[in-house]
Amino acid sequence: MSFLVHLTYLAPVIAAIAILFGWPARKTAVIAAAIALASALIVFLGYDRGQAGYQFASSFALVPEWDLKFYTGVDGLSATLLLLTSLVGLAAVWLAPKVEDGENRYYACILFIAAGAAGAFASLDLFFFYAFHELALIPTFLMIGIWGTGNRQSAAWKITIYLSIGSIILLVGLIGLYLLPPAAQRTFDIVKLQQLASSGVFAGAGSKSVYILMLIGFGILVSLFPFHTWAPQAYASAPVPVAMLHAGVLKKFGLYGLLRVALPMMPEAARYWAWLLLILLAGNILYVGLATISQKQLDLTLGYSSVMHMGYIFLGIASYNVIGLNGAALLMLAHGLSIAALFAMCGELRKQTGTLNYLDLGGLGSSMPTLCFIFGMATFASIGLPGFANFASELLVFFGAFKNGTAGAAFNEFEIVGTIALWGVVISAVYMLRAYRAIFMGERQARWQSVEDMPMNVGWAVVLLVAALLVVGLVPRTVLDAVEPGIRLFAK
Amino acid sequence: MPPVFFELSVLALGILILLLETFAEKQDRKFFAYIGIAGLAIVFLFLEGTTPAASGMVSYVSDAAAIVFKKIAVLTTILVLIMSIDYAGTIKRYLPGQSPQSGLGEFFALPILTCAGMMWMASAVDFILIFVSLELVTISFYVLVGYLRRNPLSLEAGVKYLILSALSTGFTVYGITWIYGVTRQTNLGQIEHVLPLIPVGNQSGVLFGALLVVIGLGFKIAAAPFQFWVPDVYQGAPTPITAFLSVGSKSVGFIVLLRVVQAFQSLPAVGDKLITAIILLAAATLLYGNLAALPQTNLKRLLAYSSIGHAGYLLIAVAGIGARDSGQAVVVYLAAYLLMTLLSFLIMINVSAHADGDDISHFNGLGKRSPFLAFGLLVAMMSLAGVPLTAGFLGKFLVFKVAFETGQFFLIALGILTVGCGFYFYLKVVRAMYWQPAQGGVAAIPVSHLSVVAIWAMVILIFLLGIFPQFALGLMPGGVN
Repeated sequence: MSFLVHLTYLAPVIAAIAILFGWPARKTAVIAAAIALASALIVFLGYDRGQAGYQFASSFALVPEWDLKFYTGVDGLSATLLLLTSLVGLAAVWLAPKVEDGENRYYACILFIAAGAAGAFASLDLFFFYAFHELALIPTFLMIGIWGTGNRQSAAWKITIYLSIGSIILLVGLIGLYLLPPAAQRTFDIVKLQQLASSGVFAGAGSKSVYILMLIGFGILVSLFPFHTWAPQAYASAPVPVAMLHAGVLKKFGLYGLLRVALPMMPEAARYWAWLLLILLAGNILYVGLATISQKQLDLTLGYSSVMHMGYIFLGIASYNVIGLNGAALLMLAHGLSIAALFAMCGELRKQTGTLNYLDLGGLGSSMPTLCFIFGMATFASIGLPGFANFASELLVFFGAFKNGTAGAAFNEFEIVGTIALWGVVISAVYMLRAYRAIFMGERQARWQSVEDMPMNVGWAVVLLVAALLVVGLVPRTVLDAVEPGIRLFAK
Repeated sequence: MPPVFFELSVLALGILILLLETFAEKQDRKFFAYIGIAGLAIVFLFLEGTTPAASGMVSYVSDAAAIVFKKIAVLTTILVLIMSIDYAGTIKRYLPGQSPQSGLGEFFALPILTCAGMMWMASAVDFILIFVSLELVTISFYVLVGYLRRNPLSLEAGVKYLILSALSTGFTVYGITWIYGVTRQTNLGQIEHVLPLIPVGNQSGVLFGALLVVIGLGFKIAAAPFQFWVPDVYQGAPTPITAFLSVGSKSVGFIVLLRVVQAFQSLPAVGDKLITAIILLAAATLLYGNLAALPQTNLKRLLAYSSIGHAGYLLIAVAGIGARDSGQAVVVYLAAYLLMTLLSFLIMINVSAHADGDDISHFNGLGKRSPFLAFGLLVAMMSLAGVPLTAGFLGKFLVFKVAFETGQFFLIALGILTVGCGFYFYLKVVRAMYWQPAQGGVAAIPVSHLSVVAIWAMVILIFLLGIFPQFALGLMPGGVN
């Protein structure tokens, strides 16, 4: 069964290479994305929730001297994220617009980005975990630079330089982690490293430096305040599939890395630096939240909002208890689905109207009823209304933050930031509903008479994402049952 | 078969081609290059089957490092010859002679003689042999750099290289005399042995001598602040020779540097100061090479600065000579550097032969004109920037690992900064190829079969080393310096 895990990243890679060699681009890409989704779904459903740990594992030794292997496998968390990757991947490939020039390269780049994310989530080896993520860097650079919109060149440079510096800081952190144990015990094997952690080899003073390197490295990749400035512009300028994949999936790599590597191996260091993370994530929620309100274009609003929502996930991670981490894991899935759906519809809107400026739009609800309805659903999900997965996960995150307080005592730092984060829900309601009103309600301008609605043969990909949000939102146990055993191994 | 047989056979090959040039006047000169490539390939195969062994000589060793650096030298020369064949048209333009191919034969023979010098350098553990082989390499380069004698840029490059190289040789020789004056030895093994025994008052004399030698080698490996000759010489020299300089000359410079620095580690009072000097060199080289590369608009100059920048990363590994895998890091980095740099140069030769120049803007729209060449250059640039799953990343990974192990956090911080710069200037080339529309001619660029094979081989090797690190690590076992 382990070949199913391999398929999730191999199918897109092979398809991308085949497309570059002249296979029909769209057909091959859709088939590969569908194969990846089917395998991810089987892995997710077939994962035995009765026992924690890694399943569907397979490994191939590369450098015995370093204990470096090509090692893949999933636990509940990575199975969930693989499912997210392949869901968004299929939607992104399906929603890719007609490309006049260089269609082959366009689809190959999308597939490489999707494969990079899937490979990173499937890897159980530090080296390849890191390497797969970077696989997406160059295709992103090419996609935004060639097929982006607006100020695409500066956006492409910014995201590439930011992410490459973030990755190299992270690389130094990972090398530090590798070198922390005594020479005989050094390994790149994440599973072994997690076992080593319980014997306390990572507890020394060195772990605090390594952790902060990782926090900054992963933080840059996740657009942690104040390293977030690359994200809004890049997502606004990126072609639709890239915005969906990057905001929805690839950005989760940094959070996944914290959950998979940094927290289980260096719990003391994580608690030691929690104060710093709390301050920064409050910046994500409050500062970026207010910045989002002031945006006057839908693509930038969505870009900033995706930065802001990272704050909640970081809050769950900073809390470091089972309920908060559960919330963080669930929110990674929920946010990935909702932001991908929103970016997809944002692209559809741009295609129909040619503008995303709130002042130019208005009253589109009557001419685009389908888009209006699904956009409304995704908006509610993004705000965190009950029924959607975002609600369930944000609730868990808040519980997690308040669990770190003492009943009857004054609020501690977790509770203070938790309170700030609660205001963040109001902020996100303000900007999302403003966007909804500005686009779909009010007087329809004469020039939007002939705007066409989103056709359903395109729309089903978005419906797929929103439906997944509803299913998980109504029955969060489908995901939490898989995720929780892994989290219980290192958190209480 | 004694190990020195390899150098002798390469030397004989070079002389054979010179003789053929003289006596086989009617023969197509490109045929000589094919003979050279075939001969070197045979030597490479024999080298592949060689294991480290005692050489029976005091000034010449045949250890793992020597063998791998010889392989690097031979492989580089083969690829340089392939490039020279593609470059023959340009040579003809700047070298009018009686027959259409006059002068071409020497152009193919000299790199082979240089290669023999490099191979000797890889094995040399005696300052005298180091000096002699260094001169064999440098003097052939004097000729090759200024080879296009009707091209003022090439002549300028030749003169600059001659003067600065002679100056650096002066530093080296002066340093060797100081070391000899104190230790009464020229053999590195003997020096290592004798050093702890010298009077404390003489330590500064040895240190002075060692620093002078490092300065002399600093010229060869293009380390700042001894890099002033690099951009002009690289830009002016015939492109295959630029590639040869930036890979071959640098590689053997590093093996000598490693051996010298290692020898002086037996006396910590001198060795530690030498390491401090290397750290300062590394910092200056990293900053200079990467920052000065940022505004470049000419690809050849860009690669010149990039070559300085990579010397900086290599010097980090040399500074970590106390770590177990420092030598391994240098070898793997150089192997990766060889592949990605020669790949860039090979593609550049093919593109600029049809574009009348090698500015980055000449590569505009290459992604549409020649997808294959553009893809090759994309891979080379990714690897130079250090994207994972390419050979270049493995080199950087090892260098950072060595730096971390020896606690060079200052260099690590600089390295993070300069890797960021690197992404910018290498991707500038990618931007030109894929973002910008084509200028002028939009016809596909014809590429010779030999070049296609070489490009594919290098692309595959870059990914192979990046994805399966054991191949690169197997070149040089860890823990051997």
